[in-house]
Amino acid sequence: MATDPRRTLETVWRMESARIVAALARLVRDVGLAEELAQDTLVIALEQWPIDGVPDHPASWLMATAKHRAVDALRRQGRYRDKLQLLGHQTPDAEDPDIAAAMDDYVGDDLLRLVFTTCHPVLSTESRVALTLRLLGGLTTEEIARAYLVSESTVGQRITRAKRTLADNRVPIELPPPAEAGQRLASVLEVIYLIFNEGYSATAGDDWMRPALCEEALRLGRILATLAPDEPEVLGLVALMELQASRTAARTAPDGTPILLQDQDRRRWDRLLIRRGLAALAKTEGTYGPYVLQASIAACHARAARADDTDWHRIAALYEVLNHVSPSPVVDLNRAVAVGHAHGPARGLEIIDNVNLPGYPLVPAVRGDLLAKLGRAAEARNEFERAAAMTRNARERTLFEARAAALR
Amino acid sequence: MRYLTLLKATQPAGPPPPELMEAIMALGAEATASGALLDTAGLAPSAAGARVDVVGARLSVTDGPFAEAKETISYAIYEVRSKDEAVEWASRFMSLHRDLWTGWEGQAEVLKVMGPEDFAGPA
Repeated sequence: MATDPRRTLETVWRMESARIVAALARLVRDVGLAEELAQDTLVIALEQWPIDGVPDHPASWLMATAKHRAVDALRRQGRYRDKLQLLGHQTPDAEDPDIAAAMDDYVGDDLLRLVFTTCHPVLSTESRVALTLRLLGGLTTEEIARAYLVSESTVGQRITRAKRTLADNRVPIELPPPAEAGQRLASVLEVIYLIFNEGYSATAGDDWMRPALCEEALRLGRILATLAPDEPEVLGLVALMELQASRTAARTAPDGTPILLQDQDRRRWDRLLIRRGLAALAKTEGTYGPYVLQASIAACHARAARADDTDWHRIAALYEVLNHVSPSPVVDLNRAVAVGHAHGPARGLEIIDNVNLPGYPLVPAVRGDLLAKLGRAAEARNEFERAAAMTRNARERTLFEARAAALR
Repeated sequence: MRYLTLLKATQPAGPPPPELMEAIMALGAEATASGALLDTAGLAPSAAGARVDVVGARLSVTDGPFAEAKETISYAIYEVRSKDEAVEWASRFMSLHRDLWTGWEGQAEVLKVMGPEDFAGPA
């Protein structure tokens, strides 16, 4: 394969494009222009590599070529000297051939600046997701469209609009000021976790790009964890995703039917991901952010070799804390499940009676489960029938109908 | 998808050049920072290991060292989007050895670790 320059280019491009776009964005201070220049670089490589052969260090070649394009673009704009001054560099001789080297900086910071920009609150959530996948993930518009079950033109429009919004609002491609750092980081983490969950909700028969979103989100999370190793919530999110992803092979039957956590064959959980997840979580000790807490709950499941070994008291306590840190009816629903296990179904029912999630099928399903455990079969059956009527997911409906039928 | 790379080599006499060790550490850090490298470690010479064979329904254990043309010297586990990406990481690793240790010869085996995608039923 090494002899096929186009194939090598395609691979190296996918691996390097985020860093190249990030470096260009810092230089030209515009995400849209940075992406255009990156595409120009790809075209140059496509023309030259098949003739001259693959360069000895393909990644460095691409980066150097891209930076030269950026310098040319800045010159064309006639703002070259101003830009250099803005960057805090001495203004070198305009003909200096080593300009690109003079503009060199840490790539890591570039990536961090770029992800804070693509996840900027001025953008809609779907634009943040699309732009992050495009620029940080290096996914094509077509791949994003397939992953999100929307048309390519829809994704294209989201990305174009996002780039225009960033430019119109003069969003600087910089790390957020300290006063905004917490909120801005939360937005980055939210985007990554949304991508992960989109992949995690993929079902059998879906395009392979959908489950691939999980790996993509994990990759982005791992990159972020290297760039911001002192942020417990970043590590918490990575730990949460590693631990959830560890169950991938066990969470569906060969025919695609979902398998509940307590029924999964835990021998099929991915030990390497569990080990990585627990290691990331261990570095967050003493912090109680929402991702750290969710990861701690996932870790309780990961540590239990059998479902019966699950430390439900600890899980119930963690949900209690999570409900203080980041209250939501969904957290309460999960707390009801945990309390039901830890302190008995009657206590779980007390909680769920105060959960207000209209139209959410898991509420009657959990209530049905708790009622069944209390021996109140007729009421339980009624709840499962309600859950089956509410859900729009065919496999879930089958599951609820089976529970209802078993209670006759 | 996940790949295991096994590095096998015939090393020239003497310790590896410090520049090579430094470059390997830098590349490992880069692969980790890219979210690709999940795990890696060096492997001690086969003298420290053993082999367990089953031949003709008989199980036998043999302590190392083993006379081989090449020693297996390290492993790495990558999570990447394609086989080509795993090959690219392995190539970068091998290039360092080529460029920084004269006379070094080796081979990186790139093996796919079976994952959920290998067991998926017909869509």
